[in-house]
Amino acid sequence: MGTQNRLSISEDLTIYHALEHKERLIAALDAGDGLELDLSQVGEIDTAGLQLLILAKREAARRDKALAIVAHSPAVRQTLDFCNLAAFFGDPVVITAHEQR
Amino acid sequence: MDELTSVFIQEGREQLQAMEAGLLELEQRPDDHDNINGIFRAAHTIKGASGVIECHFIESFMHKVENVLDRLRNGEIQVSGELAGLLLRCCDHLGILMDVLAAGIAEPAAEVSLAGDALQGELAAHTSDATATAGGSVVEAEADVEASGGGVVNTDSWHISVRFGPHMLRGGMDPLSFLRFLASLGEVLAMETIPDAMPAAAEMDPESCYLGFEIRLQTRSSKADIERVFDFCRDDCELRILPPNSKLAEYVKLIRELPEDDMRLGEMLVRCGALTQSELDEGLLSQQQVRLPADAVAPPQPLGEILVEHKVVQKEVVDAAVSRQAQVHEKKAVEARLIRVQADKLDQLIDLVGELVIAGASANLLAQRSGQGELVESTSILSRLVENIRDSALQLRMVQIGETFTRFNRVVRDVAKELGKEIDLVISGAETELDKSVVEKIGDPLMHLVRNSMDHGIEPGDVREARGKPRRGRVELNAYHDSGSIVIEVVDDGAGLPREKILRKAIDKGLVQPNQTLSDQEIINLIWEPGFSTAEQVTNLSGRGVGMDVVRRNIQGLRGSCEVASVEGSGTTFTIRLPLTLAIIDGFLVGVGRAAYVIPLDMVIECIELKGNSAERDFLNLRGEVLPFVRLREMFEVDGERPARENVVVVQYAGQKAGIVVDQLLGEFQTVIKPLSSIFRHLRGIGGSTILGSGEVALILDVQTLVQRNARREERDMNTPAMLRSTSQN
Repeated sequence: MGTQNRLSISEDLTIYHALEHKERLIAALDAGDGLELDLSQVGEIDTAGLQLLILAKREAARRDKALAIVAHSPAVRQTLDFCNLAAFFGDPVVITAHEQR
Repeated sequence: MDELTSVFIQEGREQLQAMEAGLLELEQRPDDHDNINGIFRAAHTIKGASGVIECHFIESFMHKVENVLDRLRNGEIQVSGELAGLLLRCCDHLGILMDVLAAGIAEPAAEVSLAGDALQGELAAHTSDATATAGGSVVEAEADVEASGGGVVNTDSWHISVRFGPHMLRGGMDPLSFLRFLASLGEVLAMETIPDAMPAAAEMDPESCYLGFEIRLQTRSSKADIERVFDFCRDDCELRILPPNSKLAEYVKLIRELPEDDMRLGEMLVRCGALTQSELDEGLLSQQQVRLPADAVAPPQPLGEILVEHKVVQKEVVDAAVSRQAQVHEKKAVEARLIRVQADKLDQLIDLVGELVIAGASANLLAQRSGQGELVESTSILSRLVENIRDSALQLRMVQIGETFTRFNRVVRDVAKELGKEIDLVISGAETELDKSVVEKIGDPLMHLVRNSMDHGIEPGDVREARGKPRRGRVELNAYHDSGSIVIEVVDDGAGLPREKILRKAIDKGLVQPNQTLSDQEIINLIWEPGFSTAEQVTNLSGRGVGMDVVRRNIQGLRGSCEVASVEGSGTTFTIRLPLTLAIIDGFLVGVGRAAYVIPLDMVIECIELKGNSAERDFLNLRGEVLPFVRLREMFEVDGERPARENVVVVQYAGQKAGIVVDQLLGEFQTVIKPLSSIFRHLRGIGGSTILGSGEVALILDVQTLVQRNARREERDMNTPAMLRSTSQN
């Protein structure tokens, strides 16, 4: 297997940065055979951000590349949970003890 | 009573309060849309919650109220004084119904039901005449929802299918926040995200919204409520709502109408639990057969028609929806920072802290006796911590007086109507805090004073104008902190207390001898005497002459005091002073002979030495000011010789200064107030007792009585001829 790119996103995944994020994601996906996304620094995610993640996942599948979210911030995790998309992404999610409800 | 019910009662009362406050505001500003929405929301919440706990008598009553409010909100009927009054009476009735529920009675008593029916009749008048004039489009829609929604008893879930339009995000709206708000209506059992509308990466515009959602929602809200969630984006999304227990055909129709591939969507529905696989197969198969001809004949329905068909076009005012969602968010944020704690748990904590303070004092004493420096140091740190704990524990019980004050908005409104006077209530210092137990007990005395001011104090509008005052009368409620106590004032700008009339009445009643000379203040103070009233006519508000003495007794029961000041023709001010707390205070320990006494530290101004030359007098010269004092030794008849050196503790209460002569000054002391047994209730000058570190008992001085005793004597001395003065001293 070739290169595994790793992309850390530290800004909010919101509509305000949607354009840049899309370009970065697609570029990162183009650059390697697989992409690891580190979302642990994402403070906020809205529908635009969520869409981009879905797009990236779908795009990766189309090109037969692997896309994995290796770290979720609480906001990302909650949003994916809420939209019932955890299975769609299929990434292991770490739930820390004090976050359990 | 189960937990759910008690939570309902508690929260219901809060909502009821909000509703009442809103209604009072409504009269002032009938066009305030936010306010009307607020009232409606409160009523609706009560109705919904009463449905959850299956309290049908509240639910059905609130349903009627809600109908009227709904018309009001839609601008179909106008706000009138009569309508506001009716709705306020409905609030009262709801309060009674909640009492019934709280008492655990299954059905309200017959007369309560009758009163409720009467109110419902009046409410119905407001619903029906509007139907006649406004054509009742909403009624129709509502009926439709009821019919297809299966009513509130149905606990099966709604199916909501929503496709957000591409411009949502650019419009500054976040579909997820709508969905989160939707989730707050009930429980989202399942949710599927549909990203199928999203094009391939190259064409995808990250600022357009492509998502859709299939949601199973379990809620008791009506279809209209669910639609209201999406009000704000109604123009930019496709919304389909299937009520619980919808027929298979309706789901199939839904599948066909949505843009996604039938099989894919069907799968989604199966996954979120709307359909079973076999139902889906069967449904699609049967539809397939009729599909071709149908498509050939009719072009795809335009979106608008679909929406109309689905009864989703109930347009609401957009700003109302925005403000509601904003408010809901704010409220949630506030709620998250509050914890409800049972009052007795808090009391228990305060008791324990009290014991801790006493035990700490004794440890301190022992450490000091032992003379070990390190031990003394560690106990002093300990006692500082105990002091902090004490303060924060007491802080927990502090509540703002505002809630008590705002109740009076309603009282003033109702009483003013009844009396035919125009009266405004002005509140200041609502954020002043005081002990919860005090707040609970201050309501009744305040009520008395406010009613008295309105009934006796404020003149009718015509009289006021004739006297050159503004036509509208004014009652003020003020609260503020002052040297360790809280001061509550009830001020009116009415006629003031008629001194002549009071004096005449007092002479009639034999309270005063005709030839007695009284100062103005003494005459005014006669109103506190039992059975005293000057009102010419007895109204049902006041004037029966039971009141002022009861007020005074209640306040004294809280270790407080009340005073009245009045200027004839321009108004009366009642001033209530209450201690901040009833449990623990900072005290100043003094000794007389072998006994110890505690003076509340907040009232102590300074300590000075008593010079020998004032030995036989009862006053001294404090930097040019006359300071009267009492000798505790004489007052409590303590045996033994006076020591060579005596000290004066200068105290202040309600602006008056006085001195207390003691043998020794023993310093600051944290004092846990233990009430005296009721046998000692009539003891003057003692406010309670406390336990010292050594285990001995010390009495807490009631500074107020001591100061007043001084003040009274001064007043009397001024009125008494000089030659009698020596005999009047005791």
